[in-house]
This record gives sequence, C-alpha cells and structure tokens, in this order.
Amino acid sequence: MDKKSILAPFKGWKYLFKKPVTVAMDDIFKNPRESQDNYRGFHINDWAKCIGCGTCSEVCPTNAITMVERSDVADEEGSKPERPVIDYGRCCFCALCVDICTSGSLSLTKEYLLNSSDPEDFYYMPTEKGITGKPIKLGYVKDETSDLLDLERKHMEHVGEDERKGSFIEIVRGFSKEQAIAEASRCVACEICTKTCPAHMNIPEYIRSVWNDNLSEGVDYLYKTNPLPSVCGRICTHKCEGACAISQRGDAVAIRWLKRYIVDNVPDDEYEKVVLSQVSKKGDGKVAIVGSGSAGLSAAYYLSTLGYEVDVYERKAQAGGPMRYGAPKYRLPDDITNRDISFIEKLGVKIHTNTDVGKDITMDKLKSTHDAVFIATGYPDTRPLNIPGVDNKDVIMAMPFLADSADFERGSAKMPEIKEKVVVIGSGNVAFDVARTLVRLQNMKYGKSDVMMAALENRQQIPADIEEIEEGTEEGIKFNLACGPQKIVVDEKTGNVKGVEVCECTQLFDENHRFNPQFDFDARQVLEADQVYLAIGQMPDFTYIPDEVQSQMQIERGKIKTNKNGQVAGVPWLFAGGDIIKGMDIINGVANGHDAAIGIDEYLRKNKKKS
Amino acid sequence: MKEIKLFLGPQHPGMHGNASVHMYVEGDIIKRSYLLPGMLHRGFEKSMERRTWMNNIALIPRICVPEPDTNEMVYAMNIEALAKIKVPERAHWIRMIILELARLSAHLMAFGGIGGPTGLYTAMYWAQADRDRILTIFEEITGHRVYHMYIVAGGVRKDLPKGIENKILDFLNDLESRLPEYEDLVLNNPTVRARTVDNILLPAEVVWELGVTGIGMRSATGQEYDIRKVAPYARYEKVDFKVPTATYSDAQTRMTLKYQEMYQSINIIKQAIDMMPGGKVRAKVADGSALRWRVPAGQVYSAVEASRGEYGYYTVSDGNTMPYRVAVRGASFPQGLLGVEKYMPGHRIDDAPLWFDTMGICSPEIDR
Repeated sequence: MDKKSILAPFKGWKYLFKKPVTVAMDDIFKNPRESQDNYRGFHINDWAKCIGCGTCSEVCPTNAITMVERSDVADEEGSKPERPVIDYGRCCFCALCVDICTSGSLSLTKEYLLNSSDPEDFYYMPTEKGITGKPIKLGYVKDETSDLLDLERKHMEHVGEDERKGSFIEIVRGFSKEQAIAEASRCVACEICTKTCPAHMNIPEYIRSVWNDNLSEGVDYLYKTNPLPSVCGRICTHKCEGACAISQRGDAVAIRWLKRYIVDNVPDDEYEKVVLSQVSKKGDGKVAIVGSGSAGLSAAYYLSTLGYEVDVYERKAQAGGPMRYGAPKYRLPDDITNRDISFIEKLGVKIHTNTDVGKDITMDKLKSTHDAVFIATGYPDTRPLNIPGVDNKDVIMAMPFLADSADFERGSAKMPEIKEKVVVIGSGNVAFDVARTLVRLQNMKYGKSDVMMAALENRQQIPADIEEIEEGTEEGIKFNLACGPQKIVVDEKTGNVKGVEVCECTQLFDENHRFNPQFDFDARQVLEADQVYLAIGQMPDFTYIPDEVQSQMQIERGKIKTNKNGQVAGVPWLFAGGDIIKGMDIINGVANGHDAAIGIDEYLRKNKKKS
Repeated sequence: MKEIKLFLGPQHPGMHGNASVHMYVEGDIIKRSYLLPGMLHRGFEKSMERRTWMNNIALIPRICVPEPDTNEMVYAMNIEALAKIKVPERAHWIRMIILELARLSAHLMAFGGIGGPTGLYTAMYWAQADRDRILTIFEEITGHRVYHMYIVAGGVRKDLPKGIENKILDFLNDLESRLPEYEDLVLNNPTVRARTVDNILLPAEVVWELGVTGIGMRSATGQEYDIRKVAPYARYEKVDFKVPTATYSDAQTRMTLKYQEMYQSINIIKQAIDMMPGGKVRAKVADGSALRWRVPAGQVYSAVEASRGEYGYYTVSDGNTMPYRVAVRGASFPQGLLGVEKYMPGHRIDDAPLWFDTMGICSPEIDR
C-alpha cells in the first residue's frame, strides 16, 4: 500500500478549521431556521373567504380534516356555517386540501415547529392567525398549475342568432353524453346548492347519477322534490348555480343543463316506471287545486303520490300557467311542458281546463265537494303604468301578449297584431321574453326587427338573467337604459302611438338601498315607436275568493300570509302557494306545492282522527 | 461451536430501513440468514386501490423514503400512458432534474452510509450534510424535504421557483469539487478498502439467477443495462451521459460505480438546466375535479432507473376513480429478500451491514 493512500483520508482534517455545518440543538429552538418559500407547514384558513364546502375534507388522503359546525358563522346563502378542523396526528402535509380549496381560503404557512404536551393542541381549527400565533409567513399556496378543480364550464351549443331570431326554435341544444359526464365531474358535491334551492333538490346526488351514467336513478332523485324537472331543466332561475362552490373562482356547474340532460335522455317507458313508483300510500280525501302553474301541479303530484284524489282547475284552455302562456317556446317548447304534465296526469290527477274558479265554479262549491283547497293562482296580470296615454290600443300589456303569442307559436291562434317599430318598457326576465318574442314576430312578418327596451335600471342593475341580456343583444335588441317613461306620445289626428317620452333616471336606489328613483326632468327625449309594451312587473288577482273568506285572510302587498306548509292564516281548510305567497319563481312554486302537499296531508289526517 | 440467533435491525445504524435480518451465527460467521420484512406494514399496494388517482400521490413516496421521486415518476408515467396524456416539454426536463437530484441524494446516503459499518463516521457526516443541501433545494421546489409529492400525472405540480436553477448549479459545482475528497476519504482509505476489496462478491451468475439490476448488475456483468439508456423516459435520450460498468463486483467496485454515477448525475442536471424550455408544466389528467378523475381502463408497466436498479409499477385501471391494482417492482427485492437468504451466509457478522449498503437495498420497497 503506497503512502499516498495511507495519508489520503487525513486530508479531511482541513475541515477542523472551517465553520461547522451542523446546527446546535439550542439554535433549533431559539433561532429556528426559516423554511423555504414554498414550504408545506401548518394551515391557515381565511374565514372571510371560506364557504365551509368541505372539499378539503373530501380530498384529504389521510382523513385528517373534519368539518365542524360553528354557531358564530352566519348561515348565509352560498355557504355553510362549517369550518375545517385538522388533526395533525393524521395530516401528512400533502397540501391537496390547498390545491382543491374552492374559495382559495386555505393555505399553508412556513411554520413547522409546535411543541405541546397537550395532544388536543394538535387538533386544530385553522384561522387567519396560524397555529403558533406568531406572525405568518405564507408557505405553499395554490396556483393555476396546482389547482385541482375544473373551473371551466363545458360549452353548451346554442342555435346561432341568425337562425333563431326568425323562429321560435329552442335555442339551447342540450349536452351530449360526453359533455354531460364531463360537466358532472366538475361537481364537488358540497350540497350548498341543495341548501340554496327553494325546493332543496338533491342536486349533488343527481349530478352524481349523470357522472355515473345512471339516469333512471337521476330521475328518481329529481322527482323526490320536483315533479316538473323537464320544465325546470330549461327555465328554472337556477339559484343553485349562483351558490355553486365552483363559482367562487370559476364557472358554476351547469346544474340546470344537467337536470335537462337527465330528463331528455331517459326513454319514456323507463321514465314512467320511475315516476309512478314513487306512490307510497293510500290517503283518504279530496283536494281541489286552483291554478295549474308550478305550485298547483307540484301540490297535485305530491298529493296524489300520497293517495289523495286531486282536481286541478285551470281557467285557460291548457294546463301549465306561465309555463304554457308565459315562457316563450324558444326557451320552453310545448312538448316539454306536455311531458311533465302527462306524468302528473298518469298518477290520476284530474285537470279541469277552461274552468274559471269564481265564474264557472265557485269557491264555496269547491269547499263543499273537497276536503281542502289549495290556491296557486299566481301573478297573472301586468302591473299598470300610470302615465298619460297608456289607455291607447297600441299600448299592450306583457302577460296577455305573451299568452296570445304562445297560442300563435303552438298554432292555435293567429299572429298578434305587431308593428314595425316597438318599445318595451321594463328590463326583467318577462320584459326580455316580450322583447325577444317581438324580435321573432317582426322578423317573421317584416323580415327585420326594431325593438327598443327602455328601463329605469342601468346596465348593471338590470334584474334579468345575464344570458337574456347577452342573447337579446345578439338578436338585435336595442337598449335605452336609466330612463323613466313620462308619457305615451300620441298623434292627435290619427290617434296612433308615435313614441314614449322619457327622462333620465339619475338614481334608482337611495343610500338605504331602497327603491327610490330620482329623475332629471330636463334630460328628455322621445323614443319613437308604433307600439309600446309594458312589462314592469305582475300582480295577483284575488277576485275569485269570496269576500267573507278574504276578510279572514291576511294579504300584505299582494302576498297571502300562511304558515310554513302553506296553510292560510285564519282559514284552516285553505292552502296557498306560488307567487301569491312568495317570490315570483317557478322553483319557489314547486317548493310551495310540495310543502302544501305535506301540510294538507297533515291537516286531513288530523281532521280524520277528530271525526 | 454453538449456533446463536442474532438480529440485525430494525433498530440498527447499519440497517437500511424498517426490516430485520435474523441471523444464525457460529462464532462470527453467518450460517443462515432470513430477511424479516413487515415492519412497515402499511400495505401500500392495497391501500392504493382505495384512494383516488390523485390522492395516492400522498402515499407512494413512502415506498422508498431516501429516493421517493422514482415512485411518483412511474406512477405518473402509468397514468399518462393509460389516459394518453401528452406531458408538456418543460415538465419532462424538470422531472429529470428532480430524479437526478434524488439519485445524487440517495447515492450520497449510501456512499456515506459505508461509514457506519466501517467506523468511518466522517463519511456519513459529510454525505448527510451534502445531502441536506439537496433536500433544501427540494424544499424550495416542492415544499418538503423528503416526501416531495411533486411529480404528478400530467407533469409536475408547480413550476420551478424563480432563480432555483442558479442555486442548483452552485450546489452541483460545489459538490463536484468536493467529490475527490470523498474519494480520498472512502475509496482510497486503506481501512475501508481492507473491508471492501474482494469482499461481498456478487458474481454474474447470481445477478442472472436473482434478477439483480442497477449497479449490482452493471458492476458484475459489464452490461450497460440502465433504463435511462435502454428505454429512455422523460428526456434522457436527449442528454449525454455514460453508464459506468465493471466486470468484477466486490463491495469496493459497487461503491466506485456509485461514485462515478454521481458525476454523471451532476452532468445530466447541468445539461437539463441548460436545455430546458419554457412553457406549461402540467397537462390535464381528466375532466372535472381531482375527486372525479377517471383513468381509462387498461394495464401498463413503466419502469425507471432508480439508484438501486430497475424500479417499476404495473398499474391496472378498470376505468374508475381509483386504481384497480398497482404492483410495485422494487429494485431491492431480488438481492434484499432472496440474496440475504441465499448468499449472505458465509460472511462475517460485521459484513452484513456492508452487504445492505453496497447491494442497494431500501427495505420499504420490499415491504410494499
């Protein structure tokens, strides 16, 4: 062995005179080394952002995260009053919870040292402060690359504006199977939508059915809370999507289109089997329902699944209320409404059309032949506008016009008298229905359209759905916003409408967010038009209710006071639902109808015991 | 002479991980020996069948603690093959940097690990200190020092942090300048050589018999069998490196090959940093949130070259959100389980830890 190799190892002795790389134990506690920027340390959770969706707990590979309900967190729409608790005895600091957090509230810090003799200290509900209470240095945070959610909604095919504006063809084409499954896979099943939906539909469950391609299971879930899924799959106001956890940072899951996908893709015979299988028991009694809108039909369906005999009275020629006579066919084709109603009829519900309660049959008569009466007559009349000139024949109310147009669209009436240049006053969904129907009728009649919408609201305040505004604009609707109509300008000689005089609306809500429009009366202009359509809201019609019954009821601002199951205060045999007790919304109606069915069932069973 | 039963591990500085060797000795000669795995009893493979494709990322690095990234890589490669995902170009190069840093760290650990059984603790301290600098780089890139959970299906979890390239290069240059000192300290050390030269032989026949891969095979047979060369993954076909081989495999040869491989790894990382393009680092695995990722049905085997040899996962998907089956080919399995039983007897007791260190054994991958 040569000398060189004997001495070789001793070259390492030079490190005796260099600074040691080891860290003294004392330093570990007194001057702990700061971890790197990306460090996956203990959690922090921004409670202002956290919506309690529990997706962190869902993804956690070690089951370290539990969602705990907090009484000090407000139970608001779009969130749950829950916050994650982390068991550091289980946590492996993988940060998948951070990567999947819907709101982006969870992050990890650079903190890695925590000493405690109490094991409970390691069972920790993160806040903005961090576990050690020392100043926070952020460690691992989510970025676009690490995100585990799919924030982009699958594209829904729409009929192009050139094709659709001259006809009443349905605009939305619906998802294919691949698209629907892909869209359903974006859901994190947090159930915030269920909480928000007035009917509390089992949304995550039926989305899961789509994802698993088990559509008859999906139908089963739909009918548990909503007997009008085909209709709601098209024209529901989808409050659920507004609350969707994914919408915190991306596009909400297309819940409405997925519902539509289920009902559109289950064959009729299989569908029928599922729907009719929901009948549970034989109730004993007869219930009359006035009005065949969503609330009436929903109550009829659930009452008959309980075994009650149900008569529905509808003054128009066809059942469906606003589904039939309000929603234009480009949004809700007739055969869709037919389908939902046909299943309700198959359960044995008798629908008496062309029967106007109050005229053809009295309420007293209904009361004497039935054990309970449910009224759901909606808001059928358009709210009038008190300005000079509105009594002209070319000033037309929205609701009758939509009904006439609906009859024309289904071929049972001739086209309503429409003119070449029109103004629609209002900017809600009904106003858009009117305006977009007019665009179609004008294109059919004149080959071009000239529709102007005038409203008090400015662009940001428009109450209609965003897609109405976008699609309406595509179809060529013009807007004159933030203006208040002052009078209808009428040609004195001919008596024809020449236009609407408007002045600028400078403020819509006051500082207390109350509706309090202010105008600049000097900024006037005349919007030229041959016809003016009014769509500034609807109102109820209670004339069919006898005075002595009405005197026992409490009606405030067009709403009847009821208990939570729709039982009218002061009149125990009478139940009410839909627009006349709450909101103006198809899904509210469905929910009220379901609640009323429960209420009526309880009421009738109680009565039976007594007798 | 009376036969005595002795245990090596699991609590023993010379034992590589949570396993135990039951040795029956006469004097200081091992007469019979058996590996007793099961100390890790996590049932990795079975557990993977009950976790979603993404969630498994938190489990699999544990199958080999000193070099976890190979697990992440083969797992990701399998998902990518099944789902036909095109990994962004930049991600390939980042993966290569990570995998070579991991190889360096594992080699340093094994190379320094020789210090335990030979009484040369300086080697262990040096190697651990240098390995720690790699772990700090890992910490900065991935967020953790040991369980990186960084290479994921579709690419890598996050892009490299700004300026990390220079930190890596500084470290590599420093390590490169220090490697000759390691050579003097360990390979040229007469005390160590007395223990390693012509000791713990691995003849070529045994390689073929047991199916040993990696340095064990290359040192005994002269075959350049390295997955990076024979079935390149990531972008290994685009970088220039050599595969050191030998035709006589004693403990010293295998350590020398490890030492030479460290130079090659440094070389590869430098090239990767130089050639790495910009752009995205992660492609989508499937539609939807990670809770609902489905991987198309099929079966696939992918392998990479780990510091101990061929490391592979055989993955079966039935098209659902969780793997149907994952089988791990741990590189240590042949020499670690079979070799201990058949070829360790005849050696001295104090050579048993040397056997583990130079054969390339990581017990959790036997115990997966």
